[in-house]
Amino acid sequence: MGLRDALWGRTKQVAPKLDALFALPSAALTLETELDLVPSGNAGLCFKAGSGETELTTDDEIIQLLNFDDTSGKVSITTDDLGFKWLVVTDPALDGLVTRIHGANTSMVEHGLGPRLLCAVFGFVPKTPPGDGSVRLVYLLKQGTFYPFAPTGPSQRDNELELRVRSFIGDDLPMEKNLARWMALWNLPVT
Amino acid sequence: MAKSKIEGDKGLNARMFVTGLALVILYVIIITVLLQVGVQLGFVIVIAGALIFSQYFFSDKIAMFSMHAHEVTPEQEPKLHQIVDRLCLLADMEKPRVGVAETDMPNAFATGRSPKHAVICATRGLMSRLSDEELEAVLAHELSHVAHRDVAIMTIASGVGMLAGLVSRIALWSTVLSGGGRGKSGQQLVLLELLTFVLSIVIYVIAFLLTMALSRYRELAADRSGAILIGKPSVLASALVHITGDMGKIPRTDLRKAEGMNAFFFAPALASNTAASLFSTHPSLEKRLDQLNKLERELNG
Repeated sequence: MGLRDALWGRTKQVAPKLDALFALPSAALTLETELDLVPSGNAGLCFKAGSGETELTTDDEIIQLLNFDDTSGKVSITTDDLGFKWLVVTDPALDGLVTRIHGANTSMVEHGLGPRLLCAVFGFVPKTPPGDGSVRLVYLLKQGTFYPFAPTGPSQRDNELELRVRSFIGDDLPMEKNLARWMALWNLPVT
Repeated sequence: MAKSKIEGDKGLNARMFVTGLALVILYVIIITVLLQVGVQLGFVIVIAGALIFSQYFFSDKIAMFSMHAHEVTPEQEPKLHQIVDRLCLLADMEKPRVGVAETDMPNAFATGRSPKHAVICATRGLMSRLSDEELEAVLAHELSHVAHRDVAIMTIASGVGMLAGLVSRIALWSTVLSGGGRGKSGQQLVLLELLTFVLSIVIYVIAFLLTMALSRYRELAADRSGAILIGKPSVLASALVHITGDMGKIPRTDLRKAEGMNAFFFAPALASNTAASLFSTHPSLEKRLDQLNKLERELNG
């Protein structure tokens, strides 16, 4: 926020930063070689459900908007217990997930939903089942930074694993430097 | 208090004694300087005494208030009370009051001027981050502070530092306004001013450093006693790793909830932590882990 905005009491709405999303596939390779984690085939886009403003009030309308080319994978919308809507995308290929999330973002911005977007989440699971546990990479759309989130219970997270993830993919992705912003997303619908 | 079964550490005791002695010597030097300069001794002592006394007497309330902590009953926090009960039985000491601070920062503190008035307090973030065993280790550390009467000792020690700070100011003003300067030329007066000022600053710095050193020794002593009490230094070590450094900074707060507190994504959601100030008087993590490792070998070797 600039000085003039502060003086006039305006808040500029921050546009989502999307470019870093395309760096994800190379980071995924590092995750696989170093930590044995592979994409789970699930990704999600979290946004605040609002009222008015746009014609998009029902889930169907949003899905219609986002189902731009339904070649592979599925798109569904769920509402979590905190009242946030999740657009959940299923696609075995990470490239496909990234493209879909990016496309969904872009069209939501076009329809004036940009300020409502909270984060995008990509799921990673251990390649061999008895592995370290799963990790989600959370992308903060306003900051343009990633951070890992590895929940192990209803309100427990594996900080050691999270910091290890950061140490390996810190070069590939813009990681959120301020650890206090590595907020949890308990009970999220993306596996 | 002699009943407490928490064992001492001779080397640590010796170092603490030397630090304490150095503080006392400093105290004497301050008074000498004070009298030399010609300050009203009574005035200084009354003010410093009142401050130190109130800090000492209301230590529990001040600490609880500044950490936003509240006392809890066994019904509200059964697990916390159970752990404290068990530890107090083990150490053969009176059970302090138990409190909880509603903050996500992982931390714990013990306060109160005497074991009778003690409060032992854990933050919500501490309880959610640590396993029961690790929580027990941290509470054992805090109970050791109670048994060692660390609040009283640190209040007295920091009181000396406070007195030094007070003297530095009063000495300066008294030389400027009256007393020492009478019958001397202007140049001498300025020199005298400068000298007392520099001297008092030096004294203040030394007092501060000594208090910090004393505090770090007391922390190590509490680590040691706490680890011996639960018999597992490695558990306290793992608890320390989990709550200090990077891991302690990662929040448990939900992104979706934090967003609601901000006016919509503009500012970072968390305020600066209040706990860091408590840790600044602590020895480095490496030093504490080192001691606990040594202890682990002694106990199991």
